[in-house]
Amino acid sequence: MAKDFRKEVEALRPYLVRYASIQLRGTDAVEDAVQETLLAALAAEATFAGRSNLRTWITGILKHKIIDVIRQSSRHRALDAVDGEESAEDFDALFDESGHWRDPPHAWPHPEDALQEKQFVAALEKCLAALPARTSQVFLMREHLGSETAEICKELGITSTHCWVLLYRARMALRACLEKGWLRK
Amino acid sequence: MILRMGKISCKEASRLISQAMDERLSFGQRVKLRLHLVLCDACRNFSGNLLLVRRAVARLFEK
Repeated sequence: MAKDFRKEVEALRPYLVRYASIQLRGTDAVEDAVQETLLAALAAEATFAGRSNLRTWITGILKHKIIDVIRQSSRHRALDAVDGEESAEDFDALFDESGHWRDPPHAWPHPEDALQEKQFVAALEKCLAALPARTSQVFLMREHLGSETAEICKELGITSTHCWVLLYRARMALRACLEKGWLRK
Repeated sequence: MILRMGKISCKEASRLISQAMDERLSFGQRVKLRLHLVLCDACRNFSGNLLLVRRAVARLFEK
């Protein structure tokens, strides 16, 4: 029984690495988070006791480890003016002088079948990877890990305005990237 | 006159649409945004695009 559990947990490693890679930049950080998650999972076998889906349970552990890593790394980093990520002005070019869209957004078709959905997700992962590090971190903490904005600002030691600008940037960039990479393919 | 004062551009609307996904807007902001969205297809589409991205990101890795 214990042996099977260990095997099942180990088998999830590639999935965990992929999961962490989208949210953390740098192989060391990913490897550390995954390793700690596997160890924590093995140590907590009794807690798990088949009460939920194993992958869901381990993903929950990994989410906490990822937040820990982000919290630690932001303590060691100079926080202002990272890659000029604090400005929303870069998107001014998308609008004309009176503030109208130069290229008005269209309604997107909902990905209907499994193949379309798969293509959409693949494009999304690519677009996420292309975001500047801090922008993508804030965005994924908010949208994937489901943190409140106030909590994210506190964790990363940034102002709420900065936080909000990063989220706006992430959404603008992802939308544009998806329109190019997914819709117009 | 009041409506005129309340008018916002697509650029401002796009920022409010994003902000509304993270926190409750002030009453004034909500009114301005709603008035804008009634009249503006492009910003309604923009908002729909962002919601699709939100749903997809939340579900990332689920399968």
